[in-house]
Amino acid sequence: MAEITSKQAANDSAFTQTVAVNEGILSKNDLFAARNRARFKSSRLLVLNVVSSPGSGKTALIERTLTDLRGRLRGAVIVGDLATDNDAQRIARSGAPAVQITTGDMCHLEAEMVGKAANQLNLDDLDLLIIENVGNLVCPSGYDLGEDLRVVLLAATEGEDKPLKYPVMFKTANVVIVNKMDIAEAAGFDRATALENIRRIAPQATVFEVSARTGLGMEAWYAFLERCANERRQTDR
Amino acid sequence: MQNALEIAVEHAKRQNATRIHRIHMRVGALSSVVPEALAFAFDVVTQGTPAEGARLEIERVPARCFCPACQLEFEPDGLFYECPQCGSLNVEIRAGRELELAFLEVSRQEPDDRQQTTDNR
Repeated sequence: MAEITSKQAANDSAFTQTVAVNEGILSKNDLFAARNRARFKSSRLLVLNVVSSPGSGKTALIERTLTDLRGRLRGAVIVGDLATDNDAQRIARSGAPAVQITTGDMCHLEAEMVGKAANQLNLDDLDLLIIENVGNLVCPSGYDLGEDLRVVLLAATEGEDKPLKYPVMFKTANVVIVNKMDIAEAAGFDRATALENIRRIAPQATVFEVSARTGLGMEAWYAFLERCANERRQTDR
Repeated sequence: MQNALEIAVEHAKRQNATRIHRIHMRVGALSSVVPEALAFAFDVVTQGTPAEGARLEIERVPARCFCPACQLEFEPDGLFYECPQCGSLNVEIRAGRELELAFLEVSRQEPDDRQQTTDNR
């Protein structure tokens, strides 16, 4: 050791060495996500991570879903917002418990924040936990929150090429919901091309076409949630 | 980048290193990370840390898919990950999601110890 030290010292005045690390940058988040997942599973809870661009209708979709599912599924929401609690207030109108996470300047939710927010909910009394992520189709894609299903929402008004612009996010989706279908025609939305783009980018995803405002297509989405929540309830703790 | 720096500093400490000279990262094509943004953030977050002035190396990892039907591994061409042989979209993503700190180059400045080593000879 001393030999190496003095040799190195001669030309560099310091001992330089290479250290193998091979560690994922988000490994800390993955650890918290695994912890959340185990906890959610032991409460037999179906957990959704809802992501979209700003203004696609995440809050409207969640508000309507929880209002319409009252008496069918016991739901709660964890909502991430950059600065306000407007979304949490809107969701609270559905009667479901809502916990707000103000992310400040952060563009995505992380598993540790979600775990802390979940402490404020009685998970054993719930069937469905919806996490509303920050409006952003890029950064949240790398952050597992411990969810069962990643739900990617896009509005018909955003255009049929949205899945092509954010392929990474769409490739991680379990569910893709096309919202604002009530005004799709007026917005010049090319439905066939959009569905084809989604199918090719995200062949693994279950697709729903809805309007959270009018309720169009929402029943199929509810039936899907009920089915998934039932499967969850039957799993071993 | 903050996360990467924390991991780097932690590993450097374990080696009793006082300076980090080089950080080598692997960034997959599907990681949603722009290397230029990473490099910019690196200069900002390393200020005043043992990694200040360190060289950041970013190794890009291309996406790789596997078609179970054809038993074929391929590098997807474009946005749609179709098997080039059978056209199936039912493929596994095998590489491209990496966002890793691969290795570091660190050093230890211990003038007193070195002095002793020399004296012993």
